[in-house]
Amino acid sequence: MKKKSFARIIAVVSVFAALLLVLTGCGNSKKSSSESNNPSSVQQIKKNGTIRVAVFGDLPPYGWVNKDGKRVGYDVTLAHQVAKDLGVKVKFVQVNANNRVDALNSNKVDLVLANFTVTPERKQVIDFAKPYMKVSVGVVSPKNKAITKASQLQGKNVIVTKGTTAENYFTSKQPNVKLLKFDSKTQQFNALKNGRGVALADDNSYLYAWSKDNPSYTVGIKSIGPKSYIAPAVKKGNKSLLNWTNKEIDKLTKQSFFVKDYNTQLKPYFGKEVKPSDIVLPVK
Amino acid sequence: MDHSGISVLFEGTNFERLLGGLWVTVKIAAVALIVGLILGIVLGVLRTFKNRPLRVILRLYLEFFRIVPTVVLLFLFYYILPREMNFNLPGDQLATLVFALWVAAEMSDIVRGALISVPQHQRESGKAIGLNRYQLYRYVLIPQAISLEIPATINLATRVIKTTSLLMLISVMDVINIGQQIIEANNHTHPTGVFWVYGLIFLFYFLIDYPLSWWAKRLEKKRLERANG
Repeated sequence: MKKKSFARIIAVVSVFAALLLVLTGCGNSKKSSSESNNPSSVQQIKKNGTIRVAVFGDLPPYGWVNKDGKRVGYDVTLAHQVAKDLGVKVKFVQVNANNRVDALNSNKVDLVLANFTVTPERKQVIDFAKPYMKVSVGVVSPKNKAITKASQLQGKNVIVTKGTTAENYFTSKQPNVKLLKFDSKTQQFNALKNGRGVALADDNSYLYAWSKDNPSYTVGIKSIGPKSYIAPAVKKGNKSLLNWTNKEIDKLTKQSFFVKDYNTQLKPYFGKEVKPSDIVLPVK
Repeated sequence: MDHSGISVLFEGTNFERLLGGLWVTVKIAAVALIVGLILGIVLGVLRTFKNRPLRVILRLYLEFFRIVPTVVLLFLFYYILPREMNFNLPGDQLATLVFALWVAAEMSDIVRGALISVPQHQRESGKAIGLNRYQLYRYVLIPQAISLEIPATINLATRVIKTTSLLMLISVMDVINIGQQIIEANNHTHPTGVFWVYGLIFLFYFLIDYPLSWWAKRLEKKRLERANG
């Protein structure tokens, strides 16, 4: 009896292994053929009459749903403009931060406009078009003891959230700054309010929005460390849509579309201290 | 900021949108259950046959859907299969398909278990009066198995309804996904909105699932009363 069940286990395992081989094998053979019939090329999108765009549904003010059930935000406005310039309708597919790459690679969407930060790791699996926004680490501090220079932080306690670019930057580039690390956004802001550190570092756009709701604090250092860029993304190798999107971003930048987009979508969240040039890229 | 987060639920079309999301949830669960139960009964009957290759295949099917977590199944069908082979379905249809296959797998085991737990003398008596295989199942085994399998089936149904909360991973606009949208849209102005939105979703799930589990309990009790006279 024992022997029999052991044999059965081997049979089950081998069947699964065979299945896996078949699946991966198919994958390799398909890859070469998929370049010829690209379902997300500009031609194909125009033929279908719709462009499928991945956006966030829960990240105000970039991509979210307002109380009337309408999709709005900085990215969503851009998506509408892109569709208008292509002469097609737009179909939104809501994604999370961690399925943006999969959505592209499995042909669920043609274009990702979901606050997608350009990183070297992501560049290996998808193609980014030209960026339309910049973000970097900012530092927020109480207005009456405002921190405006990195030198003011030396030897002081700075509050960060674990795993953020802010933590990364201070750990590697500013070793003289003492870090107080927290697990969540709520914790870190409470710590700042309780005076546990002289300042708090996080993504600047996030801090702009927070300091607007907490007027006794100010984003004294708007940008510190390396800048990151937010760009549209297409499936790796989709040259047709990539080139078109690059031209589109250039054209929209020249028309100062992004400044207008900033003024309607982001400004109400960020408050007066922030200028469009803190977020929007200049015309080259 | 001092007004309570409950107002989030009734702002604009928020409440209707949550109900719309609930409808998506219920629709996917209901269609998947109907299709899955029918398919599962057929597979369950087939699994009691003596044909060995058939049993091995169906057993593999069951183990695959039972062992692989539903999250992985959804990812596999939604992201990986379309990439490897040209198989592309919208999220909600795909979710219905995956859930139906899963229900069928679980159901086949419930049905098989119920069929073989019908006392042996019933089967033998049926054969003795000259019933063929179809008649044996139709008039003797299945009617007696049904009362045995109903509680487990209802239990499966409540599990399916709860598991639809994973659908937000594959971009289906179910009640959880809509709830998330509403929470994030109001987080700056109503930080306590999250409790109300999730509270309402909890209530929705409870209202759907509790009657089912109450029904299962009642049927079970009835069955025991009947069995013990």
